[in-house]
Amino acid sequence: METRTLQINMGPQHPATHGVLRVELEVEGETVVGARPVIGYLHTGIEKTMESKLYYKAIPCTDRMDYLSPMMNNLGYCLAVEKLMGIEVPERVKWARVMLSELTRIKSHLVWLGTHAIDLGAMSMILYAFREREMIVDIYEACGGQRMMTTYFRIGGLAEDLPPDLDKLVREFLKVMPERLKDYEKLLTRNPIFIRRTKGVAVISAEDAINWSLSGPMLRGSGVRRDLRKDEPYSGYENFDFDMALGKNGDAYDRYLLRLEEIRQSLRIIQQALDGMPEGPYRAHVPGVVLPPKDDVLHKMESLIFHFKIITEGFKAPRGAVYQGIESPKGELGFYISSDGTNKPNRVRVRPPSFINLASLPALVEGGLVADVICAIGTVDIVLGEVDR
Amino acid sequence: MQDKVRQWLQSRFADDIIREDNFRDQQSFYIRPEALLPLCQALMDDRELEVRYLADITSCDWLGHEQEMGGRFEVVYNLYSLPHKYRFFVKVMLPAENPEIASLTPLWNGANWMEREVWDMMGVTFTGHPDLTKILTPGDLEGHPLRRDFPLTYEVPQFTWNKDQPPEVIK
Repeated sequence: METRTLQINMGPQHPATHGVLRVELEVEGETVVGARPVIGYLHTGIEKTMESKLYYKAIPCTDRMDYLSPMMNNLGYCLAVEKLMGIEVPERVKWARVMLSELTRIKSHLVWLGTHAIDLGAMSMILYAFREREMIVDIYEACGGQRMMTTYFRIGGLAEDLPPDLDKLVREFLKVMPERLKDYEKLLTRNPIFIRRTKGVAVISAEDAINWSLSGPMLRGSGVRRDLRKDEPYSGYENFDFDMALGKNGDAYDRYLLRLEEIRQSLRIIQQALDGMPEGPYRAHVPGVVLPPKDDVLHKMESLIFHFKIITEGFKAPRGAVYQGIESPKGELGFYISSDGTNKPNRVRVRPPSFINLASLPALVEGGLVADVICAIGTVDIVLGEVDR
Repeated sequence: MQDKVRQWLQSRFADDIIREDNFRDQQSFYIRPEALLPLCQALMDDRELEVRYLADITSCDWLGHEQEMGGRFEVVYNLYSLPHKYRFFVKVMLPAENPEIASLTPLWNGANWMEREVWDMMGVTFTGHPDLTKILTPGDLEGHPLRRDFPLTYEVPQFTWNKDQPPEVIK
């Protein structure tokens, strides 16, 4: 009897692909023998757009890539430009950035947790995850006025000083979140259906994970000790006490436990940052490069002139190339900025963690069942805005 | 660690290194394009440096700066040594006509999509790549959008009074 494989097209409008991802599957019965992700449906040419803008004006482009963790994208870009220009930011800025980055990490992981669980049939999880996410979005709103596309981190500092009611909002969040985490665990960690759907699914060994250039929870889930906050500390992460969460088996269940542990560690960092938040200016004082604070612009002649000059013609960067990687919720988010000595970058490259992690999808699903493809896409934690840019 | 990497490369690939750049404490080596594959293979196999992690491949277009850069297209390999926690860059300059470089996909699976993206966006060909096809741009788009001479966009609104005029190109 003749047998042949069947081609199945999954996506790009499939709800479990978390956006516009298409996967061309080749199946033999229920077993996947080939998979080919097709991307590019959301390509907006952000890297090209950033080349045509002054360094300042590219910040709003960054938070539109990974829209689930906008502050992380702002941070990576601002740090890269600060490295290029040799700017040292005040301590208060560093601590505020760390605190808001970790809130962003929790926010991104919560969306991941809710959608991953709903993909696997645990309907109620997303309602609880979005309830807690709402608290973080409120903190965003208190800071920059925006709930999603914050653009709160600027080159050399913050858009404005931290609001006075921030302390109360964050403390409230720190108080309720540990209890809520226990609730999540009650729903999922020992749930037999969830375990059957995730344990031993989408496995990748440590060696393969390194060879596929994976990063973030995908790499740590296989037991590789790699966290940019520890290995290449940026923005003052060396001052904070936290543990690196590690997986063992490199399957979807390990990565679930690992991300929950990361939320716990992030809460520790936020607590430390909140308790030790130093006083001081919220922007570095580098005339001609960093925008002066708004109060000065309204009252001092030279601040007004600098403000006008930076907005209209920007600043000239020295010739050279810098790379700054940060540990985003999805993995290593890097900005490579190459300057030709003018006021616009010659090239801005974003190292997108979801793009590079998604490339390993064939290795995760081949040999498995068709139903597990959903689990594999979920466990990689992709954002198509960042994959396609 | 900077000295260690420099010595290691000088002892084995002295003829292939064109220059070294240490802008903002980031070490990068410009090498001859032919040496890329053997150099990466040697870095990967070496037990002392253990450069097993390819963080990124990207490219720059230096249109108008070919003379001082020594070529139009720059391909940047972002390498990382996990045990030493050390990052450095290997860069090659390629000519404007037929930019071509050996693919690293035989060494790193992760290089597959990175090289496809560089080919799609910048038009650098990777010889030996198993599947060098478009990845981000639509199939009917001609050209490589990240080249400096590719127009950024067109002025989109076309009204009745100007619909016969060609759209204005914003560089």
